[in-house]
Amino acid sequence: MSSPVQDLSVLHQRREQRLMLALAMPALLVILLLVVLPVGWLAWQSVYHNGFTLENYRRIWSEDIYWRSFALTFEISLLVTLLALLLGYPIAYAASVAPKRWGIIILALVVLPFWTSVLVRAYAWLALLQRTGVINQLLRQLGVIDEPLALVHNSFGTIVATLHILLPFMVLPLYATMQQIPRDLMQAGASLGAGPMLTFWRIFLPLSLPGVLAGSTLVFVLALGFYITPELLGGGRTIMISMLVSRNVELYDQWGAASAVGVVLLVAVGLIFFAVSRFIPLDRVLGQK
Amino acid sequence: MTMSRPFRIALVVTCALVLLYLILPILIIAPMSFSAARFLTFPPPALSLRWYEEYVGNPAWMQATRVTLTVAVLTVVIATPLGVAAAYAISQSKWRIMRLIHMTLLLPLVVPIIITAVGIFFVFAKVGLAATMTGLVLANVMLGLPYVVISVAAGLQSFDATQEMVARSLGMNRLRSFFVVTLPQIKPSVIAGGIFAFISAMDETIVALFISGGQYQPLTKRMFTALRDEIDPTIAAISTLMTAVSFMLVLVATSRSKKDA
Repeated sequence: MSSPVQDLSVLHQRREQRLMLALAMPALLVILLLVVLPVGWLAWQSVYHNGFTLENYRRIWSEDIYWRSFALTFEISLLVTLLALLLGYPIAYAASVAPKRWGIIILALVVLPFWTSVLVRAYAWLALLQRTGVINQLLRQLGVIDEPLALVHNSFGTIVATLHILLPFMVLPLYATMQQIPRDLMQAGASLGAGPMLTFWRIFLPLSLPGVLAGSTLVFVLALGFYITPELLGGGRTIMISMLVSRNVELYDQWGAASAVGVVLLVAVGLIFFAVSRFIPLDRVLGQK
Repeated sequence: MTMSRPFRIALVVTCALVLLYLILPILIIAPMSFSAARFLTFPPPALSLRWYEEYVGNPAWMQATRVTLTVAVLTVVIATPLGVAAAYAISQSKWRIMRLIHMTLLLPLVVPIIITAVGIFFVFAKVGLAATMTGLVLANVMLGLPYVVISVAAGLQSFDATQEMVARSLGMNRLRSFFVVTLPQIKPSVIAGGIFAFISAMDETIVALFISGGQYQPLTKRMFTALRDEIDPTIAAISTLMTAVSFMLVLVATSRSKKDA
């Protein structure tokens, strides 16, 4: 038997829960109606067309263009992730060991491009890299080249611009992790006779690995779904997964095929997040965004 | 930490180069937009406001600008209260379902945007929301919500909830105590969240490519189409203006939240 006081507190708790649910409900409804329902519809459409069918998936499996596009997307995403790590690690390292003022300046410069529209940056890279662009003009004036280099409308242009957009997503988690590495650990290593290189390799680098994993995951997953940069800078030759989706919708009216490609991409992203979440908490990966 | 001299020099040079790579595209747009030349040359041969005049004098660009601003303002007006209410509920309740709701609200950041865009396109085509203002605003509210929720939830984390309890025990009702005690203290994070939602709506391109049309096309969709055809320096002028607006808003957002800390 529960006492009347307990009943009251249970009643109060229920009312509290109902209130909180009501407060969260409008936002939740927006997400359910504009993310969950559309993505669910997409998944349904990929297997249902006048009856249940796996035709769309069979096509992805058997047709060459799909394979090539998936392979290319994974290749480019992997390359961008490695390059981002290569360029981002020294930046994050410098920001974490530099005097505080310099650290803030470095981070500000990293975050600055964040707040420029992706479209604007694609435009800037076109202006820089095209045949009559700034870089080709400069190289010709310097006499380095006679014929303009093909820097854009190919994979190279796509990679340069994609890396530019995703680099901050690598630097920020790296920096957050490096900040938390206690400095006295390195001093302890040094006092025990280890040189700067050895303390870096044996102490700093291993401790920064969670940041490496978080940043790499974020960059890789975002690169997989990239659309604007490959569309504008790839010159129609670099067909990434997202372009396959949009072309199937816009040019060929193949909604089922587009949906199936979308579902495969979504499953890939989901699996990557799931695998990574076994090593580091997911909000640590997403918190940087 | 001690570093050998060559190592330190190598680090500084690497950083300088990478940072140059990061900010170069942003630095180049503004000078290009003030160029008198039809073709992109750098440095510009002569300065002029030609491309700004072209932008302001073109009814199609002006209509697109109106659409973008209307969508961005409506997005902030709708997404901010929804996001604040949800963030409040999430931070107050220890209920397990709230954690699930929290994760769900961050979905727009996780699902690749191209998939969301195509999905919304299918749904809007069925219910007649394609190429409408309502549809465009709804999609942007969805995309902006996570920024408001993240920002406000972070603000509420450093807020001591017992203050609100005190106000209530002194006889204020819940709504009033929220507006009088809680809201003023989390104001900077609410403003920051709203500003991020505004910038997100202003820059959004992919969903607009699929669902917008007719007279309700935002700037980004027109820019994208123009970029696919030829490189028109008018876009440099528009880009410069958009970047200036973004930077000013971010400055406001970050200076507000610093005052808070």
